[in-house]
Amino acid sequence: MTTIKDGKGRPKAPLTPWKQKSKKAKKPLPGIASMDGRWGYPAIAPFFLLFLIFGVAPVVYSIYIAFFKWDPLGESEFNGLNNFIFLFQDSDFWIAIRNTFSIWALSTFPQMIIAISLAAILRNKRLKGKSFWRTILLVPNITSIIAITIVFQQLFGREYGLINSILGLIPGVDNIDFIEGVIPSHVQIATMITWRWVGYNTLIFLASMLAIPDELYESASVDGATKWQQFKYVTLPSLKNTITFVLIVGTIGGLQVFAEPQQLAADGGSTKQFLTLTLFLYNQAFLNNKYGYAAAIGIAITFIVLIISAINFVITRKLAGEGSR
Amino acid sequence: MKRVIPKWQKTSKLHYLMLSLITFLSIFPFYWMFIVSSNTDAEISKSPPSLVPGPRFLEVANKVLNAEGVYFTQALINTFIVGIAVAVAQVIFSAIAGFAFAKLHFKGRQFSILFVVATMMLPSQLGIVPLFIMANKLHLVNTLYALIVPALVTAFGVFWMRQIIDAQVPNEILEAATIDGASVPRVFWSVVLPSIRQSSFVLGLFAFLASWNDYLWPTIVLQSPERFTLQVALTQLKPLYGLDYSLQMGGAFLATAPLLILFIFVGRRLVSGVMDGAIKG
Repeated sequence: MTTIKDGKGRPKAPLTPWKQKSKKAKKPLPGIASMDGRWGYPAIAPFFLLFLIFGVAPVVYSIYIAFFKWDPLGESEFNGLNNFIFLFQDSDFWIAIRNTFSIWALSTFPQMIIAISLAAILRNKRLKGKSFWRTILLVPNITSIIAITIVFQQLFGREYGLINSILGLIPGVDNIDFIEGVIPSHVQIATMITWRWVGYNTLIFLASMLAIPDELYESASVDGATKWQQFKYVTLPSLKNTITFVLIVGTIGGLQVFAEPQQLAADGGSTKQFLTLTLFLYNQAFLNNKYGYAAAIGIAITFIVLIISAINFVITRKLAGEGSR
Repeated sequence: MKRVIPKWQKTSKLHYLMLSLITFLSIFPFYWMFIVSSNTDAEISKSPPSLVPGPRFLEVANKVLNAEGVYFTQALINTFIVGIAVAVAQVIFSAIAGFAFAKLHFKGRQFSILFVVATMMLPSQLGIVPLFIMANKLHLVNTLYALIVPALVTAFGVFWMRQIIDAQVPNEILEAATIDGASVPRVFWSVVLPSIRQSSFVLGLFAFLASWNDYLWPTIVLQSPERFTLQVALTQLKPLYGLDYSLQMGGAFLATAPLLILFIFVGRRLVSGVMDGAIKG
């Protein structure tokens, strides 16, 4: 069972409370026995009420809307599965899936590699200025998101952008159009995402690496393991859960990419080259007033998240199973 | 005598070089905002472009603050109002519910937690169309309430608080307080709250920053410029023609500066907040 531990290694509550049943049988009263548990209801009521109205109801409501031809101004009529049938035949939907996954891959994998390497450097207890490096890493993450799209758009500019100026120093390299080109535009958006999140993920990996006991490195070192072997056989195996976590969070985040492409061009580009799923949903709902269709897109996005999470889960379970044998 | 450093703990110059490079890349875009907004268009578009601040920043800042149809100062105030309201509400609601989930035994507790955690898997855009319909029916569209009310509680906040209270408030202290005759609300107020002060502050910061950087929902639900938050107001500064980015970059710099100043004071606490929330192993 996955548990969260604090610095001293004391176990916190499990991440998967529903798996606690076996423990529950031994200890019939989770929580403090001397405190009256009935206070729990008024304590969670305000949260739950707001959560049901603004968190859960819209989700349920959107499943309902997805079966309608829902026009906010005119009449709404029951539409059966037509929204979904139309969605699967809509070439924009497939383009958006292609773009979303391309941007996701271009941002996730470099990010993982950079974050894990940086965390491995930062784990070293003898590193000077530890606190400074850690803090600096988080700076990009707090920045105003639109401000960032503005800066990077300027840096990636075709004529006068700094990045093209630098690339221009290499003989034979022409200016790259980071908006019109399919892959270049994805690279631009992925760079913005990577810049914003790589430091955050480094800290997540670092927290996980700090939980690895020093003795493991010491004995590996005594056994003559090189730095790379220590990393491969001690560090990486213990990051399995964290990698899954970062991947799942990254997938949910990756499917929500919206501000960056929308700022490059609100319609997703001249050939829809960077129309992402969320931008597609937004445009269908709030530019074309097709609420029912947009709700169907939302449900499709949710299914994609669930499928990827399930795949991720199965792979980790398999890997974990192999590890314990 | 010099202590012998074990081989596996050695740091190399290469490590510091890499960290310095990352530091440079993290800071450079902020510096660049200032460069572009303080130089003339010509200075920026020449090759190589100017890399030192120019004399024009105050002029540009003035233009941003007085731009036609853009209420930048008002947007700053709006963003603060929403951010603080959301942060305070999330801390209060999450602390109370998180306490119940961590420490109180009541029927349906496990199920409720499972339910809350499960919803965290759902992408937020799934509910965005119905949320807009609801906001419309409740007459919240084009008001700041539309940003505050749906963000009063989050599944993440409650789950996070539950983990924190579970880890930071020992059961023995709670037992002792109840045996001394303190009621459950009293225990929460005098025992639990004081011991989670730091973590509550961090959760509040997370909520504030998330609200500050939210763009999708504000751009849907706000319509008139004097109600805009900073992120939406910034999009108004786009150059209509040509490549003069100075106005927008000046706006971007002004919209980021408050966060950078805040970060100087709370950066380290945010770092430990992020790391405390991470899964270990």
